[in-house]
Amino acid sequence: MVWITLVIVLLVLVSSVAVLALDSLIGAAVASSVASLGVSVLFVIVLAPDVALTEAAVGAGLSGVVMALGLRRLGLWRLEGDRGAAHPLTTTAERLAAPKAPVEQGPTEGGNRHA
Amino acid sequence: MIPFSLETILYTCAIGMVVIGVFGLVLSNHLLRMVLALSVAEAGGNLLVVLAGYRGGAIAPIIGYAAPGTLMVDPVPQALVLTSIVIGVGVEALAVAILIRVYRAYGSLDLRLLVERMQGDMAKAAGIPRTTSTHAPAGERPLPPIPVGARHQPDAVGHLAPEVQS
Amino acid sequence: MRNIASLVFSVGLAFLLLVIAAQLGFGHTPMVVGTDILAGAAQDVGAANIVTAIVFGYRGFDTLGEISILFAAATAAGLVLGHRRAGAADDPRGGLILGAGAELLFPMLVLVGIYIVIHGHLTPGGGFQGGVVLAAAFFVAVIAEPSKRVNHAAIQVIEGLAGAAYIVIGIWALVEDGSFLKPMLDHGVMGQLLSAGTMPLLSSAVGIKVGSELAGLLAHISESEAGEP
Repeated sequence: MVWITLVIVLLVLVSSVAVLALDSLIGAAVASSVASLGVSVLFVIVLAPDVALTEAAVGAGLSGVVMALGLRRLGLWRLEGDRGAAHPLTTTAERLAAPKAPVEQGPTEGGNRHA
Repeated sequence: MIPFSLETILYTCAIGMVVIGVFGLVLSNHLLRMVLALSVAEAGGNLLVVLAGYRGGAIAPIIGYAAPGTLMVDPVPQALVLTSIVIGVGVEALAVAILIRVYRAYGSLDLRLLVERMQGDMAKAAGIPRTTSTHAPAGERPLPPIPVGARHQPDAVGHLAPEVQS
Repeated sequence: MRNIASLVFSVGLAFLLLVIAAQLGFGHTPMVVGTDILAGAAQDVGAANIVTAIVFGYRGFDTLGEISILFAAATAAGLVLGHRRAGAADDPRGGLILGAGAELLFPMLVLVGIYIVIHGHLTPGGGFQGGVVLAAAFFVAVIAEPSKRVNHAAIQVIEGLAGAAYIVIGIWALVEDGSFLKPMLDHGVMGQLLSAGTMPLLSSAVGIKVGSELAGLLAHISESEAGEP
């Protein structure tokens, strides 16, 4: 039991850090869903099946859908990362030295790109 | 050497998630990343509350699967956390809706850019000059005159022309 | 500077939480309220799932507060997003996989959602979990065919009726027995589907309300225009 818990806790902590460290916002949304899924498995280990069911349905399901919809409406449904915003883990000196980002243009096709 | 017991691992996970979430909330430069960090912090907080009700050697709080009278874990924190999880998703959905409106109005979700523009808009709407120290420092000593060909020319009221901001 | 300040703040927060965790005594909870509830749940409410018995029986008033918070959030999100312009372009249809899958998934998700809602007092489940699954079922259908508009008026009518049913059951308990939202109707045999008095009715009302509310909220977000700033 301890080893399973250790593996899942490592998964949860790594994906929580990935929410902040990933450049692409799609990756950050997926990482937060993975963290919620790991937490729901931890709820089963702590003998709370109702809470595990709720967290799995809400955190890994509905919250991911809301984030994906929001990303599509915000024109951020692309893989290269958020243009114009500094990476959260840069230092202040790097941010001051970087050239100012250009003004964000509106989404080119209204976010209607789809594979 | 910290022993690797179940207790240490679970408490580390819960407190670590809360700290990572708060850290991301304070440090993020993009509003959507703030919402994601808040969601991580909420999951950590819920885990911490459920851990408070754990009892070693007990079963889940459902009658009918073991002999009556066996020890059960505390059901009260689980009921509270159920409420908290559902409210968390409601808050997140409302935050995404507000972000969509902000994006429609200002065209960007970068925090520093938004702060600049919003303060400029508020000062312009109120009709007062923006009192940031680079434009009009307090005290009697005036700023040195800006050369005529420079890009950042303030107008008479004291704030930058909007299309010059970058 | 902001990095250092936030690091100090996070370390301080971690220290506070560690102090609390050290005093909690993992594995030996005091359970001041929990022991009474565990001892009395079988007689008072008659449900096999004690967590659902607390959510809809002992703390039914808190559930009413939670429903109103969800209602406020969903309505506020709908107000913030505003109306869709009449001539705005539609989203493209979901691809082949989503279209074919939605036809298969929709009835199965509705079935699973209804199962979780109805069996909430016997197995892990209940109103909220089943409501979320029902919302996902309706939303899969919306995504696969975005040109079919969701009827927001019908969603609001269903949501209002379900919420009113919850309050009406509570007022009926107040009139009959003196306490708002007291578990009424005889308990039946524990473990049967028709047991635990009014609790399955409350659970179903909450399930329908949460499901329609979240489906309406998702439809609002997905129907808002991809705006040009």
